[in-house]
Amino acid sequence: MSKQYKNTDTIRAGLKKRYAREKRFQFFGIASIFISFLFLLVLLVNIFSQGYPAFQQTYVKLDVKLDGSVIGVSKDSSPEELFKASYGKLIKNTLKEMFPGVKDRKKKRALKQLVSKSAAYDLRDKIIENPALLGTTQSFWFLAKDDVDVFMKGDIDRTLPEADRRIKDFQLKWIDKLLAENRLEKRFNTTFFTAGDSREPEQAGIKGALIGSLLTMLVTMALSFPIGVLAAIYLEEFAPQNNRWVDIIEININNLAAVPSIVFGLLGLAVFIGFFGVPRSAPLVGGLVLTLMTLPTIIIASRAAIKSVPPSIREAALGLGASKVQTTFGHVVPLAMPGILTGTIIGMAQALGETAPLLMIGMVAFVADVPQGILDPSTVMPVQIYLWSDSPERAFTERTSAAIMVLIAFLVVMNFIAVLLRKKFERKW
Amino acid sequence: MVTAMTDTTKEKQMTDQRDSINDRVANKESESNAADNRSSMDDIHKNEEFDIEINGTVGKPFVDNVKMSSRNCDVFYGDKQAIFDVNVDIGNHEILAMIGPSGCGKSTYLRVLNRMNDTIPICRVTGEHKLDGEDIYSKKMDPVLLRARVGMVFQKPNPFPKSIYDNVAYGAKLHGLVRTRSDLDDLVEKSLIRAGLWKEVKDDLHKPGTGLSGGQQQRLCIARTIAVDPEVILMDEPTSALDPIATALIEELMIELSGKYTIAIVTHSMQQAARVSNRTAYFHLGKLVEVNETDKVFTNPEHKLTENYITGRFG
Repeated sequence: MSKQYKNTDTIRAGLKKRYAREKRFQFFGIASIFISFLFLLVLLVNIFSQGYPAFQQTYVKLDVKLDGSVIGVSKDSSPEELFKASYGKLIKNTLKEMFPGVKDRKKKRALKQLVSKSAAYDLRDKIIENPALLGTTQSFWFLAKDDVDVFMKGDIDRTLPEADRRIKDFQLKWIDKLLAENRLEKRFNTTFFTAGDSREPEQAGIKGALIGSLLTMLVTMALSFPIGVLAAIYLEEFAPQNNRWVDIIEININNLAAVPSIVFGLLGLAVFIGFFGVPRSAPLVGGLVLTLMTLPTIIIASRAAIKSVPPSIREAALGLGASKVQTTFGHVVPLAMPGILTGTIIGMAQALGETAPLLMIGMVAFVADVPQGILDPSTVMPVQIYLWSDSPERAFTERTSAAIMVLIAFLVVMNFIAVLLRKKFERKW
Repeated sequence: MVTAMTDTTKEKQMTDQRDSINDRVANKESESNAADNRSSMDDIHKNEEFDIEINGTVGKPFVDNVKMSSRNCDVFYGDKQAIFDVNVDIGNHEILAMIGPSGCGKSTYLRVLNRMNDTIPICRVTGEHKLDGEDIYSKKMDPVLLRARVGMVFQKPNPFPKSIYDNVAYGAKLHGLVRTRSDLDDLVEKSLIRAGLWKEVKDDLHKPGTGLSGGQQQRLCIARTIAVDPEVILMDEPTSALDPIATALIEELMIELSGKYTIAIVTHSMQQAARVSNRTAYFHLGKLVEVNETDKVFTNPEHKLTENYITGRFG
């Protein structure tokens, strides 16, 4: 019996080993998923815990005596005169009244720095809006200076020796007094989402970089998607097979995908800015450079997707009398669309996170204004993150993390839209 | 080689039904040679059943009432010649069956007739091929128009990943054959009725065509082809992937359609050829060996090779 069914015994003997191997493989798989999740979790927790305070900002309430004579204006002054007046004096006087007896020059300066420099501009805007306020005393909430803000968020330990703290004992007394009078309040940080970059952390916002990234991505998308997909379609469906030139193009595209991105930046600097005179630091030139970088990714992914469309579909359409172009755009491309979109997502995500090539074309500049169009100087989010992470102020640390969170959110939204689009095309029958 | 062997095995099973097993054992060697074809000529020469010289086509390759014709047809794939000097006519409203061992060039020849070989860059077709007296390989002949006139049904059912309705309507929309939505609806219904699929799918017209069973899919492909109302329908082993019931349905359909269309069918099943066709052409190693009335081919073949093939001496 056992001799007759020798194979059965051999197979049975080996079964245990096979299942063990399978189990081992599954374990490794689960372990690697677990490890990658762990890393992701550490990263996210770190960023979120550092970044979430940036979404709050401390405000100071000051009762400002709006004495027009101090700054040389009255209710009847023209808007121009109102605009030119130095409202900083009013705020300085208010603070002097609140904390009398500050004589020391250094302390005087410290007193002025309880509120942000932007307070004077806020005040100006309010008075231009309603000059009738002049001569009255009004309460306003102003942005607190970053040091006060950092202290309010508990990032400065008052138990440390005075020399080791950024906030000295006399400043602490002022803050305690303000706190006692309920003049300090933490609110949602709208400035972060409505302002461009600034030297002052409390006035710095991500909007400039966000819009810059958005415009750059739009340029990149508008150029790289059609060019990449059409190139892939031509190479895959129409180009002559076994042609030397097609082979050379193919090799070059594959090589371009591996070129370090900073090289594309140099190319963009030389060609787009140097030769064609595209304005530097603009989303247009950024988009052009990132298009160069994204194209190989999109072309390679699209070609793979087009190649995987079964030839029977092409034959069916051709056999019914569809022309080559009708077959390609009516059947092949729609079926390849999910794969093409996947490639595009990967390419665009890469482009969104890219810093190096943009440094070369001037997008690393300090740009305080929110760009209005693709020709305005601007920066992008990864560059903004890099710039902030380089700043010495404590308040920029949390803004760096917050900017990373915004970047991640941007990426998630972008990918979500792409996944929705892909779902729409992915008609699995 | 491996796939070719499987094909031979399939044919073997089919011929088995008719022939004694004893016959086959002796010829086992020649079967594998048939699959191997030209690559091992030396082996083939040992088999006298297989290695018989072909001197032109015997039988009656030409007819009076010609729909399509080929003269001196050679087909090359790169340097390799796949078809050698084929001369044959396809008559109006007839069903011409093409049989022969795997790799004998019958499918290649079928694809010559609607220029599907154009899609293969290395493929070169010579000779004179006519549809109603017009040269189909001339510069004046548009392949798009040709394929609208000469429809094709493929071996593997290949419906578009669209709804049943869109599958049938596609060709008509493509060529602008209908003007209104209701005309299109009528055309879809008519085509599905003629393909014998209407009853099964009339409530599911907007369900995907790829969700149908294999036999239904193939009938959908036939409906899609006849919706364009071609003059000739080429069928490349249309039932090879189907069960006997679906096959029977499609065979009935072919006979019905032959009243209106001219049909050329490539098949591996000799019973199928015998059942549906008016004339049968036997291909061997890229050469057309014999064309005759189907009855004559299966009862009294003129050529020894044809006889050997239909009696199952090689597959």
